[in-house]
Amino acid sequence: MLMSVGSLAAMGLALGSVLGVASRYLSVEADPIEAELLAMLPGSQCGQCGYVGCGQAAAALAKGEAPVTLCPPGGKATVEALAAKLGVKVDLSQVVDSGPQIAEVTEEICVGCCRCIKVCPTDAIIGAAKQIHNVIREACTGCSSCIDVCPTEALAMMPIPVTLQHWTWPKPASAQH
Amino acid sequence: MGFLDRFLKTPNWGVHPEDHKRPAADVPLRLFPSPERIFMPLHQHVGGAARPIVMVGQKVLKGQLIAQAQGNISAPIHASVSGTISAVGEVTAPHPSGLPFKAITIDSDGENRWIDSEPLADPFSAAPEEITKRTAAAGVVGLGGATFPAAPKFALGKRLKVTTLIVNGGECEPYLSSDDRIMRDYPEMVIDGARLVMHAIGATQALVGIENNKPEAIAAMRQAAAAFPEIKICPLPALYPMGSDRQLIKVLTGIEVPSDARAAETGVLVHNVSTCAAVHKAIRLGQPLVERIITINGGAIAAPGNLYAPLGTMISDLFAFVGLKEAPSRLILGGPMMGTPLLHDRIPIVKGASGILAFNAAEAFVPEAGPCIRCGNCTKACPMGLLPLEMAARIRVGDLEGAEKFELQDCISCGCCAYVCPSHIPLVQYFSHAKGELTAAERSKLRTEATKRLVEAKTARIEREEREKLEAAARRKAERDAAKAAAAKAATPVAEQTQGASA
Ligand code: SF4
Ligand code: SF4
Ligand code: SF4
Ligand code: SF4
Repeated sequence: MLMSVGSLAAMGLALGSVLGVASRYLSVEADPIEAELLAMLPGSQCGQCGYVGCGQAAAALAKGEAPVTLCPPGGKATVEALAAKLGVKVDLSQVVDSGPQIAEVTEEICVGCCRCIKVCPTDAIIGAAKQIHNVIREACTGCSSCIDVCPTEALAMMPIPVTLQHWTWPKPASAQH
Repeated sequence: MGFLDRFLKTPNWGVHPEDHKRPAADVPLRLFPSPERIFMPLHQHVGGAARPIVMVGQKVLKGQLIAQAQGNISAPIHASVSGTISAVGEVTAPHPSGLPFKAITIDSDGENRWIDSEPLADPFSAAPEEITKRTAAAGVVGLGGATFPAAPKFALGKRLKVTTLIVNGGECEPYLSSDDRIMRDYPEMVIDGARLVMHAIGATQALVGIENNKPEAIAAMRQAAAAFPEIKICPLPALYPMGSDRQLIKVLTGIEVPSDARAAETGVLVHNVSTCAAVHKAIRLGQPLVERIITINGGAIAAPGNLYAPLGTMISDLFAFVGLKEAPSRLILGGPMMGTPLLHDRIPIVKGASGILAFNAAEAFVPEAGPCIRCGNCTKACPMGLLPLEMAARIRVGDLEGAEKFELQDCISCGCCAYVCPSHIPLVQYFSHAKGELTAAERSKLRTEATKRLVEAKTARIEREEREKLEAAARRKAERDAAKAAAAKAATPVAEQTQGASA
């Protein structure tokens, strides 16, 4: 018993130090542009852009391999920010922006399968086997990963309602001309 | 008037809009008869919304607590009529968006029965904290329009050892006269309230600033304050925005409040005259804030003037009482310079509602905006010393950061710049738009950071669970191995013994 625990600990230590050394020698200089681009992305690592996560998406953007319109959850605001940073022009009317959305569970048809919990990058869904699940509004980033895995279509994306606290004055109409 | 006084009292900012206060201000105060139904919003103040503590069907008395304060900065809400709670639902908010917010509906029984009150017998020998506590419990908030809860402000003033209380009777917004009316009709209440506030914060003097276009109010207040040398009535030149805290402090004391500091840090605290009267009622009569004086004015009103009305009364009920000459072309809560445009009149009045304006077509007319001719009028008028034209030019092309470099955050949205602009550029809307967008950007930045933390937490959790699974598996294996070994051991001695026995 002691032996096996000890050997596991020793293994952990040895592998850990190998990783530590490797990270020091093999580290890549972080690209400052890439870091700035990363800060503009939503950070939910949902993979809808076709990359593993926002970090890889930012790297591709920095190299000019990906269009600034790559991130669906980011919406128009992200496209604008990215375009301004990279100095590219985009036709914003082509960007579909459904506005900020978050997932919502229709309680009557949730079967409590727990599949959505596994895919949610931010642990925004609570629930247990055979119990009705629910989305914590504040933690949901609107990545919509959970929608595809739900077997009963109990999960759907809903626009975040505008509240008094979030409403802002529009730009004056006379600013258009 | 000495040279210094002149220098202090003739500021080089501001505008002189036509004040339109009379004849409405001279009409005697009218008591609005109790409405059939009132809608009491839960969020009538800066800070957290109140939490309802009543149920549908419950009977309540006037002044009864129906929603509790929630959080450090908040205020409780009390019933403004006696009757039955008929709903806890939503009503259109007095807000330019026309969005709804939560409100408690009370069907009045028409009797206006007050709940038993417990006035404080001798407030000046009570501890200052007692005044603050009772003011908080009565739901008193700044009635000048800012609606910041009064009690936390008292506590702040006490902590920072404020010496001077400034009582704001400026009421510089055109058309409004509710503060004028309270000073004319109830000057003793205002003065007594001011003395109670002084006691609560430990101030040694009070300066009451009143614009000189209200001579009746000045006379009434002078008479009421005659017995109290620590309270000085100070007539001020009528200049917009004299009623703004920073401008009033500067004119009365010469103190310039730095843009990143609170007024209390410079030793002064400002409270509005109506707020002082509300403190008087809370302490001397034990009555919570459930009614207020409200000015109903504008070209579309048949009989403009001031009404004493319960909070939560629908604006349409008030209009029915004063009569409409024509359908209003524009509705405003508050004054024309800084007030809130309203989309319709099915909106209840709230604690901060100093007036409702119903403009006719001529008053509501807004000329079309032209291009900026760089005349510099806006810069001369701005009481905060900003460059409105530069800020607006940047916001127009979406350069919000550029506007921030011109101190956009110092703008108090007073509207002086837009008022004097010969090209009628809606400058204030530019600034409100930009401030809103900047706040939203700040919020989404915080959100992104929170998302990153959540993602990291989830990754850490998955890793920990994997590790724990591995460890548990290893432990089970080790236990199995140990058990096997033990079994083997147990078996061997038996074999030896048998061997021994046979030998
Ligand atoms: S789609 Fe956007 S949020 Fe999702 S991983 Fe890609 S960059 Fe990140
Ligand atoms: S709840 Fe669904 S949409 Fe929201 S963050 Fe989780 S997986 Fe994405
Ligand atoms: S810029 Fe702001 S503070 Fe200055 S006059 Fe205009 S609204 Fe008032
Ligand atoms: S007052 Fe109007 S026209 Fe004149 S400089 Fe300012 S924004 Fe331009």
